[in-house]
Amino acid sequence: MKQWLNQHSRALLLILERMRRNWPSTLMMACVMGVTLCLPGILYVVVDSLDRLAGNIQGEPQISLFLKLELEPKTISEIKRRLTQHPEIKNYQFVSKEKAWQQLKHDKNGADMLASLEQNPLPDAFLLQPKAQTPEKVEKLQKELQQWPGVELALVDASWIKRLHAVLELGNKAIMVLAALLSFALVAIIGNTIRLQILTQLEEIEVSRLIGATNAFIRRPFLYAGVFYGLWGGLVAWLILVSIISLFNYSVADIAELYSSQFRLNLPSWRIGLVLIVSAISLGWLGSYIAVQRSLFNQK
Amino acid sequence: MIRFDQVSKRYPGSDEILRKVSFIIAPGERVFVTGHSGAGKSTLLKLMAAIERPTSGTVLIGNQNTSQLRPAAVPFLRRKFGLIFQDHKLLYDRNCFDNVALPLYINGVVGANAAKRIRAALDKVGLLNKEKAMPITLSGGEQQRLAIARAVVNRPAILIADEPTGNLDENYAAEIMALFQAFQQVGVTVIIATHSVLDAAASRCKRLKLDHGQLICEMPESDQTKADTDITPELPA
Ligand SMILES: Nc1ncnc2c1ncn2[C@@H]1O[C@H](COP(=O)(O)OP(=O)(O)OP(=O)(O)O)[C@@H](O)[C@H]1O
Ligand SMILES: [Mg+2]
Repeated sequence: MKQWLNQHSRALLLILERMRRNWPSTLMMACVMGVTLCLPGILYVVVDSLDRLAGNIQGEPQISLFLKLELEPKTISEIKRRLTQHPEIKNYQFVSKEKAWQQLKHDKNGADMLASLEQNPLPDAFLLQPKAQTPEKVEKLQKELQQWPGVELALVDASWIKRLHAVLELGNKAIMVLAALLSFALVAIIGNTIRLQILTQLEEIEVSRLIGATNAFIRRPFLYAGVFYGLWGGLVAWLILVSIISLFNYSVADIAELYSSQFRLNLPSWRIGLVLIVSAISLGWLGSYIAVQRSLFNQK
Repeated sequence: MIRFDQVSKRYPGSDEILRKVSFIIAPGERVFVTGHSGAGKSTLLKLMAAIERPTSGTVLIGNQNTSQLRPAAVPFLRRKFGLIFQDHKLLYDRNCFDNVALPLYINGVVGANAAKRIRAALDKVGLLNKEKAMPITLSGGEQQRLAIARAVVNRPAILIADEPTGNLDENYAAEIMALFQAFQQVGVTVIIATHSVLDAAASRCKRLKLDHGQLICEMPESDQTKADTDITPELPA
């Protein structure tokens, strides 16, 4: 156990010392990894922020219920009764065709248009807020209302939100694909760096083998190197991400105020940072493991 | 115990380098392997440390057959040996201290304990004042002694030295031989390949003489008269 600890601490110190001595190339490597890793990070933050924005708006989906023309008042009051009793409906508001006509006339654009019309073409309508928030439930309600007698058309006016959600979903998938591609690239980059380091140490490796080093002993410093490259890369990525977002929020603050919007990019949570760093470390480990395995143990 | 039984060795594409070699080396023995250049001395030593495997026959170290060893067990077998290579195999990117430290690190010995043992080993070969020097700045003989320090630092049970005195003047050669003898006296098995002059003390030891891959004589320690007649013509080589 003590021996095991000794071997690990020695490999660790050895690698840290080597990285300190070659700090320019270490820094370079960390920057390459940092820039690569922060790309999916930025995309994630943007999608996440839009997602929250969409979440706020989506709070109030509305269904417009246009009735058939020439309905009996009895049918209208029947619909009213059913709306009142319906468990899925928060509140509703009746807009008679006369009221809609008046409103349209007050609107400047509408007035021009209506001037050519002799009589009111508008139907009676209900505007209602469903209790349900998710697009699926609202859609279900809309389909149900569509079946009611006397209803000409039930219209969900929040279908653009659905579209936004679809786009955000796509964004999430894009993040996955991007992250996978970049991970692949990182494994290759780290693998190559480690391979070059192995080439400069073939002699030490050969001698170590001859005097009884295990494969684990030979592999260990290189694996630590990969892990540390990952760690530095992850930290740099985090730094870049936080600076970019702060900078963006700083410059967007004025514009957002102008539009009385609260839009901000959300600073990623520490959990995202952890994920970033842990995945960077794992990629570093994987890259160096593959490199060591390929250049040391396959050539025999 | 090291036991060779009808061992033949052939490198890929080469002739038979060793032909049906059989012998036993008991623990604590001091053995010289002699023979002309290219006779197969280094090959014989490599077979012991499982650096090479026999083409046929068996090599037993203790009771382990090197041909049947799992790859994962090989490093642990090699740690029983202190190896001095004919070409030293020093690492020129680090100083003497770190060169000698390598076997200890491999065994997980670090820190003050390691430093103490490294200095003791360097002291034994007279290089204590060169601890910070790089091997490339050492003379040929000093490099050879550094290689010896690295081989003994881990207190191996078996010391295998391939031409350990090749670059040394007589005084140092005698000193190194005395050092090996001292190791033998504390129970270490010592196996030395050499073609340099053997002194009186050494001539009492067992000798494995190779000629074109064949073991032509193996002298028991007691058989002194035979030893003298057999070895004398070979001395100038
Ligand atoms: N890896 C190898 N591949 C092919 N042939 C080899 C290899 N190593 C040694 N040989 C051959 O085996 C023969 C014996 O070599 P070896 O190194 O055992 O001789 P030696 O007795 O140690 O000689 P010297 O006293 O010069 O060191 C030589 O003819 C050499 O060419
Ligand atoms: Mg040789």
